[in-house]
Amino acid sequence: MAETITAPPKTSSGKPLRTEEMIVNMGPQHPSTHGVLRLEIVVDGEIIVDVVPHIGYLHRCFEKHCEHMTNYQQVIPYVDRMDYVCSMNNEFAYVVAAERLLKIQVPERVEYIRVIMAELQRIASHLIAVGTYGIDIGAFTPFLYCFRDREKILDLFEMTCGARLLYNYMWIGGLSHDIPSDFIARAKDFCAYFKPQIRDFNNLLTYNEIFIKRTANTGVLPADIAVNYACSGPMLRGSGVNWDLRRDDPYSVYHKFEWDVAVGTGETGPVGSCWDRHIVRMKEMEQSVRIIEQVLAQIPDGDVQSAIPKRIRPNPGEVYARTESPRGELGFYIVSDGTGTPYRIKARSPGFVNLSVINEIARGGMVADLVAIIGSIDIVLGEVDR
Amino acid sequence: MTPQEIADKISARFAGVPGIGIEAKLDSPVDPYIKISPDHILDATKFLRDDEEMLFDFLSCLSGVDLKGRLAVVYQLFSMVKRHKITLKVEVPTDIPNVQSVESIWKTANWHEREAFDLYGITFIGHPDLRRILLPYDWEGHPLRKDYQVPEYYNGMKVPY
Repeated sequence: MAETITAPPKTSSGKPLRTEEMIVNMGPQHPSTHGVLRLEIVVDGEIIVDVVPHIGYLHRCFEKHCEHMTNYQQVIPYVDRMDYVCSMNNEFAYVVAAERLLKIQVPERVEYIRVIMAELQRIASHLIAVGTYGIDIGAFTPFLYCFRDREKILDLFEMTCGARLLYNYMWIGGLSHDIPSDFIARAKDFCAYFKPQIRDFNNLLTYNEIFIKRTANTGVLPADIAVNYACSGPMLRGSGVNWDLRRDDPYSVYHKFEWDVAVGTGETGPVGSCWDRHIVRMKEMEQSVRIIEQVLAQIPDGDVQSAIPKRIRPNPGEVYARTESPRGELGFYIVSDGTGTPYRIKARSPGFVNLSVINEIARGGMVADLVAIIGSIDIVLGEVDR
Repeated sequence: MTPQEIADKISARFAGVPGIGIEAKLDSPVDPYIKISPDHILDATKFLRDDEEMLFDFLSCLSGVDLKGRLAVVYQLFSMVKRHKITLKVEVPTDIPNVQSVESIWKTANWHEREAFDLYGITFIGHPDLRRILLPYDWEGHPLRKDYQVPEYYNGMKVPY
C-alpha cells in the first residue's frame, strides 16, 4: 500500500506543527478580543505553544487619507477616530507634533485646559479598560460602575464642546471652544466624587480573591523584554519600569504639577503580571485626579483662540513628537514639504506595539489565560489598525 | 549626549568603512537626523544599542517615507538609560528597495518593518517573517506610495466609491 507523505501543516508565520499540536482560531468575532482581532493559536492540549496575531480588519489607511487633506487642521477629526475611547489624547499628540513643526507657542490657558481634558480622558479610558477587563475575567458588576462614572466625564466633555466621544476639540494653536463658566465647579465636583469610587473599584475588583488568582501569575512580562519590544504605558510600568513620558520627555505643562508615576511592584505575584498592569491603571486614575485638581486651582485667564494660525504652511522639515496616551507612547511623525498638505504622517500607536509582544507573554500559558492577557494589554483595534 | 556628539561618535567608529555614507543633518528644521547607507544600518544600530555611551535600548518608531523615486526608512531611537535620542535615516531607490532588518536588535522592529513592507514595499533583508500585516494577504500594490493607483477591482469584485 502506497503511503502518502505530506509536509506538516504550518502556521501563517511559517512554523511547522508537531503531531500533537493543532491550530485554533480565536476571533475575529470574539467577545474577548475587544474588537476584530484574530489570534491564530497553536495549542498542545490546553497549553499555548505559539500565538500569531492577525490584525488589519479595521484598517482604513488613515495615513493615506492625511496625505490627501488640503489642510493640517483637517487631520484632527481623523485622529479622533483612531483610538475612539481616548480621542482627546490623540488630538493632544497630534497638535503637539504639529505645533512643534510650526514652532507655535500656545497660550498658558490652552495648555492647562488641554491637560484637564487629557487627564479626564485618561480616567475615562482606564475606566473602560478596567471595566471590560472585569468582564473578561467574569466579574460583571464593576463594568456597570465604571460606565456610570465614565458618563459623568463624557457629560463634562459634552458641556465643553458638544460631543461625547469624537470631539475635534484641540486645534493646532488653540481649542475649538473655551470651557463654559460652570465647568470648573463641575469638574471639581467630579474629582471629589470620583476619589472614593476608586477605593470602591479596588475593593470590588482589584483585591477580589478570584480576580487575583486569575491575573497575578499570568502573562508575566519581564522588564527587559518589555523595553526590547518598545512596550509603553501601563504595559511597561506594570513590568516595574519607572517611565512616563509626561515626566521623562515633558510636553505641555505637566512639569508644573506634582504627581507620581505608578509602577507595578509585584504585590500579588511576579512583577509584570496582568494584575500589575491592572493596578497601574487604578493608580494612574488617582494620579490623574490629583493633576486635574491642581490644574483647576491654577488655571490662568486668556483667549484660547489667539494663537490659531490663519494659514498653516510649515517649512520643509520633519518632527517626531510623542505623548503619553492611556495606552502608552503615542507618537506622530510628520514630514512637511512646505505646502499646506502634510507630506507624510505616521502614527506610532501604542496598541500596535504593545500587541506585538503577545506571543512572548502568552507562550506556555493556558488558553483560558489568553483572555486575561489580551484584556490586560488593553488594545483598541481602531488604533492598532489605524 | 547631543545629536552632534552622537554623530561624531558614529563617524569615528565607522571611519574607513567603505560605502557607509554617514551624513548628519543637524541643522535640519526641527529634528536632527543621521543618514546611513542601507547596507550598514544593522552594524550602526548594533553599535548604537551596545556602546556604553550610547545605549539606545528603545526603538520608538520606524516609518517608511516615499520621496518620489526613492524610499526612506526613518528610525526614531531613544535611550532610557542615557535619556538622549537620535533619528536615523536610510534611503533606497524605489526599484531595488532593500534594507537590512533591525529585528535582531529590537524585536519591536518586527511589526514596524512588516508595516513598511506592506504599505511601501520595502524589503527588509534578514526579517524572519516578512508578510503583509495591515492589508489582506492577496492585496496588490503598496498604498502609501505616492504613485499608487486605487484599484477598481478587488478579487474580481468592483469596488464602489
